[in-house]
Amino acid sequence: MTLSILHRITGVGLSVGLIVFAAWLIQAAAGPEQYQYFRVAMSHPIGIALLIAWTFAFFLHLGNGIRHLVWDVGYGFEKSQANASAYIVLVMAIVLTALFWVLKL
Amino acid sequence: MSLRTPLSRVLGHGSAKEGTAHFVSQRISAIALVLLGGWFLVSMYLLESTAYLEVVRYIGRPLNSVLLSLLSVIVAYHSYLGVQVVIEDYVHAPGLKLLALIGSRFAHTLIAVASVYAVIRIGLII
Repeated sequence: MTLSILHRITGVGLSVGLIVFAAWLIQAAAGPEQYQYFRVAMSHPIGIALLIAWTFAFFLHLGNGIRHLVWDVGYGFEKSQANASAYIVLVMAIVLTALFWVLKL
Repeated sequence: MSLRTPLSRVLGHGSAKEGTAHFVSQRISAIALVLLGGWFLVSMYLLESTAYLEVVRYIGRPLNSVLLSLLSVIVAYHSYLGVQVVIEDYVHAPGLKLLALIGSRFAHTLIAVASVYAVIRIGLII
């Protein structure tokens, strides 16, 4: 279903996010002035929007990844089960992303 | 531990390439990332502020340093395996495909090494 291609898209998106994760560590290691550049950039509305998108991508990829691992050991293949787990993954990703950012901001 | 399936060992034909190892590696790193990624998001949520001192103290705490280093390496590996499949599926020109695969391997290795170096450096300066 749609989740299959979303798994790929969020995966590639998270790979791009990995660059920002590394930049966060590297800028922190480079000292307060360098780190401040990173902090200002990620506090910009575009930065925040990207972080929210990456949080959503993380939860969707995590949830759907667990769904795949369950399939790998042979469970949940019935059409009704696969459809139900797809909705659970999608709703969980939305709820967890909302919870993370509503409580954080 | 051999990553070959019992069937492949019994048949003794070997695999055409390294499909099984890729499949198993991707899943093992996925299981590790359920734990490490989950820990990272929880700890980001619990981080009081994103100010320099707070962040550097967080990264420099021994347990966090170890888990962040592990996360950097395993996530780069998992990302490499995933991007490899995406390149193989969508990039068809043989030369370009090889270039993209090598470039991706270089970039992922660079990210993993740079991240671990940064974590160690922060641990040493605070």
